[in-house]
Amino acid sequence: MLEDYFRQYGLIAIFIAIAVIVPTSMLTISWLASRIGIRPTNPTPVKQETYECGMEAIGGRWGQFNFRYYMYAVLFVVFDVEVIFLYPWAAKFLGLPLFALIEMFVFVGILLVAWAYAWRKGDLEWA
Amino acid sequence: MSWVLFILLAVVTLVGGVGVVATRNVVHAALSLLVSLLAVAGIYLILFAEFLALVQVLIYGGAIIIVLLFAIMLTRSSEYPRISDNRQWPIGLVAAVGLLAVLAASFWISQHQSAGPESPALGNLANSLFTRWAIPFEVASLVLLVALIGAIIIARTGEDEG
Repeated sequence: MLEDYFRQYGLIAIFIAIAVIVPTSMLTISWLASRIGIRPTNPTPVKQETYECGMEAIGGRWGQFNFRYYMYAVLFVVFDVEVIFLYPWAAKFLGLPLFALIEMFVFVGILLVAWAYAWRKGDLEWA
Repeated sequence: MSWVLFILLAVVTLVGGVGVVATRNVVHAALSLLVSLLAVAGIYLILFAEFLALVQVLIYGGAIIIVLLFAIMLTRSSEYPRISDNRQWPIGLVAAVGLLAVLAASFWISQHQSAGPESPALGNLANSLFTRWAIPFEVASLVLLVALIGAIIIARTGEDEG
């Protein structure tokens, strides 16, 4: 039981470690290679520009974004909270009475009303 | 083993927390807060509170950081991110010391018993949530519905004026 626990989360820890080590080591190796002269460094103004899908970047880093993105943040937060309730229900589904199934349908149904409202009001369309 | 993990996670939490207050850039502060909150989820995991760790990652690491970043993204003007108001630091210091005193006192007074490596079973949580607390559970969905519709209405009125 305890070994299982540490094995499961040990795997997640290994994933996190790889996710941290790979990008940092790429940058470190590149920097070291430039220090010992393997990697040539001759920067030009064009090379120093921000890379954005091969296009020229428009505006600075700190431009104000379109207000429409707010809707996506709000929808994400609401359905993120819904996932919290779905998680114990899904994990222990077989041990729960039939009532729990109906209950979850009601729960998701009420939240679908919110989603339908957002859709009806045209907030999901990019116009 | 557990101590090593705890110290590692505590250091990450504290580095994230110091990063929030030390940086002059609000976006960097929000991302430091994310590091700190995820490390707290790790601390919950070594305390065998799996569900709490999940909630921490989804709600704090996901929803709250997203809302913070969106608020920064949607409101900032070009000079804003470099300005950070540090004149309130004495009040912040008093609040932090007060919180530390309350927490330290509560740990000191309560005879802390080391809990065994038993995670509070998810089955028990699910059972009580979906049988005994069924009505509050359904009310929670109504609260979310009202919050979402309210947010949509606020957003739309703002749009009409602007």
